[in-house]
Amino acid sequence: MFTDNDRQITGIQAIQEALAEEMRRDPNVVVFGEGIGERGGCFGQTKGLWNECGPERLIDTPISELAFTGMGIGASMAGLRPVIDLMYIEFMMDAAGQVVHQAAKVRYMSGGQFHCPLVLVAAIGRYNNAGPHHSGCYYPMFMHVPGLIVVVPSSARDLKGLLKSSIRSDDPVLFLEHKSLFSKKMAVPEGEFLTPLGQANVCRVGTDASIVAIGQMVEYSLAAATSLAKNGIEVEVIDPRTLVPLDEETVVRSVQKTRRLLVIDEAHETCNAAAEIATRVIEKAFDYLDAPIVRLSGAKVHVPYAPPMEQFVAPSPERIEQTVKELVA
Amino acid sequence: MKRKKAQDKTRGERAEAGCEVDEDRALDFYRSMARVRKFEEAAAQYVREGSIPGFIHAYIGEEAVAVGVCGALEPGDYVTSTHRGHGHALSRGLSMKSVMAELWGKRDGTNLGRGGSMHIFDASRHFLGTNGIVAGGVPLAAGAAFAIRYKKTGQIAVSFVGDGGTNHGAFLETLNIAAAFDLPLVIVVENNLYATSTPYACVTKTQDIALRGTAVGMAAETVDGNDVEEVHATARKAVARARGGSRPSLLVCQTYRTVGHYEGEPVAGTYRTWEEVEAWKQKDPIINYKKRLIERYGATIAEQLDRIDEEAGQEVASAVEFSRNAPFCAPVEATEHVYG
Ligand SMILES: Cc1ncc(C[n+]2csc(CCOP(=O)(O)OP(=O)(O)O)c2C)c(N)n1
Ligand SMILES: [Mg+2]
Repeated sequence: MFTDNDRQITGIQAIQEALAEEMRRDPNVVVFGEGIGERGGCFGQTKGLWNECGPERLIDTPISELAFTGMGIGASMAGLRPVIDLMYIEFMMDAAGQVVHQAAKVRYMSGGQFHCPLVLVAAIGRYNNAGPHHSGCYYPMFMHVPGLIVVVPSSARDLKGLLKSSIRSDDPVLFLEHKSLFSKKMAVPEGEFLTPLGQANVCRVGTDASIVAIGQMVEYSLAAATSLAKNGIEVEVIDPRTLVPLDEETVVRSVQKTRRLLVIDEAHETCNAAAEIATRVIEKAFDYLDAPIVRLSGAKVHVPYAPPMEQFVAPSPERIEQTVKELVA
Repeated sequence: MKRKKAQDKTRGERAEAGCEVDEDRALDFYRSMARVRKFEEAAAQYVREGSIPGFIHAYIGEEAVAVGVCGALEPGDYVTSTHRGHGHALSRGLSMKSVMAELWGKRDGTNLGRGGSMHIFDASRHFLGTNGIVAGGVPLAAGAAFAIRYKKTGQIAVSFVGDGGTNHGAFLETLNIAAAFDLPLVIVVENNLYATSTPYACVTKTQDIALRGTAVGMAAETVDGNDVEEVHATARKAVARARGGSRPSLLVCQTYRTVGHYEGEPVAGTYRTWEEVEAWKQKDPIINYKKRLIERYGATIAEQLDRIDEEAGQEVASAVEFSRNAPFCAPVEATEHVYG
């Protein structure tokens, strides 16, 4: 748990620390990606590592996503622990076949003879008018594929703790970083710590309704919760942190207490993570619900460029607040 | 490579090589390049100021490529562009006001402000989009070329792509398929030596990109991409090959961006030296073309060129005013155009 005297660092610094610590700890950790060498990555994610790790371990690749993702997978089968940095999740689509057919299936197909201890890192989410090719979430597409672990942190502390756990995972992890975290300063404890995969975080305790929120929606939900508390409505806010495996137990326990559930997901509504979470709650805790589960999702449209339209397509703190009021009414 | 720098070539040599154009054409080239330059200088300023949202990749220093190539095209030809595409869009005759308004995210933008700099489309100009995905447009151009040949409509397709894009599977796969299928396609590589911060030389064994075309059996040539006349003359040959005989070409244009990868990135000092940038600024395609035209036609043309600069500046200023005052789409309009 974090305390008031924790230092404040940015999301990017948290990622840098996680990489530095894990690369020091395990010489098998290498990073593949465009511009992640001497320049420190397009978001600064490998800044400061060059002097220590050099070109043997920070592999600056050409713009050949399919090839260097596949190489990372092969390297993981041959004993390394690659971190494959794809910059934006959109660019992972050019390597999607490698991820789905190779990384995800190698352990299964080989009957457990091989496995792929690797991390696919990519930035996600609507942020600062990047337009339709740089604003997607897309984790639902990968949640569908057995064999992949899908991690979506919502704070600098979790970026660090979860990235470290992901690097140590023996299964392939998609580590998806919401761009809104990169330059924001947040409390992160000094020193090494791990955040376990598959464990949700109860970010705020409440009694009147449960919110399960993903990525930037956690920040929005906490803002809405603060405002709702002024009206005497106490919501519990849960961040699953890893979508696969999903910590159903924490969610179900919360719903058993509050009897109302709102799930908030920036990803497009159809088949998104919120749909999966809602289904699991219906399967496990239907009898506890006093009201239908409500979902707030990214619109079923691509993320447009112009600021007013861009804001329109994702849930906002105001919409969350309004929805909770209706849910508890 | 037996390629000469534009500056080294004498006028006689240029004429002999079939590069030199007549005076009207020369003025057109100059005007087109000046419009792109002034457009982007203004756009960059409004990005810094924050009135253009999002980010842009400026083409400053590379204008001769778009202008030289597009000068060889017919109105019906298809073009796919890149993330650095303002020059391609303007050179294809897209309205400057509409392109500027798209950058501002406004309703009057080429595509209603829903795309921005990296997603500029204009069906009326057969402009199949700037593109946020490196090499994303290359297969699309091949597809347009296929449709053209299938329907026997006689146009050609052109795809612009960066040096970095030539290492992407989409480029390499399309190169082969275009050659194998004899598509009426010209792939234009803008070799500005870097893909963001990564020097081409650091991630590619051979620096001769044209060899990739040769390897798949495609006509391939390398030109000085800062010499609009040389680009144009070579593009004309490639265009003729595509239009007349349905044979694809790879045209590699050696050039340089004298600005950062995106507006806001330091121009030099991180992965490029100031000396290198300064040396390329000496080869600026617009400044040098102006000098050359004055040498060629005498001082009288200088006045005309100055007037062109001034008019381009005015056109940009009015595009900015137009864009600033244009309305945004209503937020709910974000839901339109997902399906037909
Ligand atoms: C498939 C894909 N990978 C990575 C990126 C990120 N990216 C944007 S521009 C760029 C460099 C492109 O270099 P080049 O093709 O040489 O074009 P230039 O920017 O030099 O004009 C990169 C890596 C992207 N947009 N698409
Ligand atoms: Mg380049």
